[in-house]
Amino acid sequence: MSKRVYVDNNATTKVAPEVFEAMKPFLTEEYGNPSSMHTFGGKIHRYIDKAREEVAELLGANEPSEIIFTSCGTESDNTAILSTLRSYPDKKHIITTKVEHSAVLNLCNYLETVGYRVTYLGVDNQGLLDLNELKSAIDQDTAIISVMYANNETGVVFPIKEIAEIAKTRGVVFHTDAVQAVGKIPFKLTELPIDLLSLSGHKLHASKGVGALYVRKGTRFTPYLFGGHHEYGRRAGTENVAGIVGLGVAAKLAKEFMEEEVIRVKALRDKLERAILGKISNTRVNGHRELRIPNTTNIGFEFIEGEAILLMLDEKGICASSGSACTSGSLTPSHVLKAMGVPFTFIQGSIRFSLSRYNTDEDIDYIVENLPPIVERLREISPYGKQRVS
Amino acid sequence: MWFYSDKVKELFKNPKNVGEIKDADAVGEVGNIVCGDALRLTLKIDKKTEKILDAKFQTFGCASAIASSSALTEMIKGMTIEEASKITNKDIAEYLGGLPNEKMHCSVMGMEALEAAIANYRGGILKRETAGDEKIICKCFSVTDKKIIRTIKENKLKTVDDVTNYTKAGGGCGRCKPEIEKLLKEFWEKEATKFVWAKEEAKKKLTNLERISLVQQTLEREIRPQLKMDGGDIQLVDVEDKKVYVKFLGACLGCLSTGVTLKAFVEAKLREFVEEDIVVEEVKG
Repeated sequence: MSKRVYVDNNATTKVAPEVFEAMKPFLTEEYGNPSSMHTFGGKIHRYIDKAREEVAELLGANEPSEIIFTSCGTESDNTAILSTLRSYPDKKHIITTKVEHSAVLNLCNYLETVGYRVTYLGVDNQGLLDLNELKSAIDQDTAIISVMYANNETGVVFPIKEIAEIAKTRGVVFHTDAVQAVGKIPFKLTELPIDLLSLSGHKLHASKGVGALYVRKGTRFTPYLFGGHHEYGRRAGTENVAGIVGLGVAAKLAKEFMEEEVIRVKALRDKLERAILGKISNTRVNGHRELRIPNTTNIGFEFIEGEAILLMLDEKGICASSGSACTSGSLTPSHVLKAMGVPFTFIQGSIRFSLSRYNTDEDIDYIVENLPPIVERLREISPYGKQRVS
Repeated sequence: MWFYSDKVKELFKNPKNVGEIKDADAVGEVGNIVCGDALRLTLKIDKKTEKILDAKFQTFGCASAIASSSALTEMIKGMTIEEASKITNKDIAEYLGGLPNEKMHCSVMGMEALEAAIANYRGGILKRETAGDEKIICKCFSVTDKKIIRTIKENKLKTVDDVTNYTKAGGGCGRCKPEIEKLLKEFWEKEATKFVWAKEEAKKKLTNLERISLVQQTLEREIRPQLKMDGGDIQLVDVEDKKVYVKFLGACLGCLSTGVTLKAFVEAKLREFVEEDIVVEEVKG
């Protein structure tokens, strides 16, 4: 097989071998429906319950019953927001941020067209929120505050504890899209007054097609999908048994590897970042350097364009992603980098490297060896490159 | 992930004619770093023959922008200015073995850089923004109505999304989309008028065979389905010059309003779709 260095783990991750092994029986012999009365199907429920316990354990939730399995992070986000709005039909105001994932942002854009008022909180040039802006945005009409835990593009972590406490004090439901935080930074829901939290399986080495929504006991909830009595009547649809079992194992592994994540993976990320900034001129890190998840760095290369960088990296077997306009399918660059006011000479040339526990020291060396000539070549081609790069 | 043709990949990986001609006879610059792509084209031209002896480019942009620029320089080398001025964005896209729809604006950028360079050679700068009859429609990417209409015409664009893919107009804040929609509507309405005129011309020259065939088609498509909805039907008996003989069937038989149906519906439809002066007669029994 040709060389591959995968540093696009905020997009998706490798399924852990342990996860795959655990899933296999449920894709072959153990095909029973957990809702069935017969033992063949009914016994499957035990495995789902176990997975629920493992996910609850990772999140530090009070009870496993606070976990609802869904099909993905997007479904969890949509469910959290729409459920709350249906539960508080008189409240028509939503607070979120300008840098959310599209699963929240596009839902809010849509809700604006059907009569809701949405406040999109801005960020500073480090990607940080102003909590006073949040406080003054809350009013009698506010139904929900939805703020992501960690940003998928820059890795910047928001002060979720403070935000959750503000929401609690003001009596507003608080949801966090924690898709990029779960398994990367430790936290305990017993210590954080979060009402609703979304996570996605394939971002933490489980399979695609499974996610979860944490709903704190006592939170008003109206289902998003109506149908059978699955998931305690809160999410209809026959369970994705294999996916859920895999997510359980992935959650268990994530807890075990948490220390490795915050120490070894972080050290690799820092090494990569230092080397790139040291070897290549006219580069910058987008986002706060300290308040970040340990696996992510977003680096801007001045005077060149991201898609061209990515395709040249791809030639070398390096998988990363970019916030440039050309890669997004739209004509404007990343809404996150724009909200942060990243200078226009850097914004189109911003590349995200996101690591995982499967990355090695050699991976980093390989990137550091191959990236500088690519940047140099593209700057030769660029009309802005040569004369201005010092 | 974009699906680029092999030619695009090749010219992106190993672009030809990268750089700048020092004492260039013509310089064409379009786009800027804020817009996400920019191209600087320099040409060496033989003053006597007006032949393009050499062409070099510098491009800020994605793979297809770099490939389009490289393609352009390859295409124009050896051409005269006159020949080069006929190159359109479609020619560039074709040379590349096609471009993804969302990337067509890269080929338009190539064409514009060439135009700017030719204008520069002919004397001075191409005055885009200052031309009195042009209006900036898309403020995010500075796209004028003239450019939009021209691109609609040359590429037969039908939707606002198409216009955005080809010119970038509407791809920023999106506030100009209604104006683009208006330009599209105006352009195609004008085209439709031309089309109708052409159709009228054609109608006058119908042969008898064409007329019969058209009458039959119109009966099948426009008339019989309507009559059948009321349980009736109609049959073509004969066509004599502009006279069409028909026979009512089914529920139409004995219906008191067949006379009205004949003139107000059957004849009207045939006049609309076949010829203005068709006369319909009913054959009884």
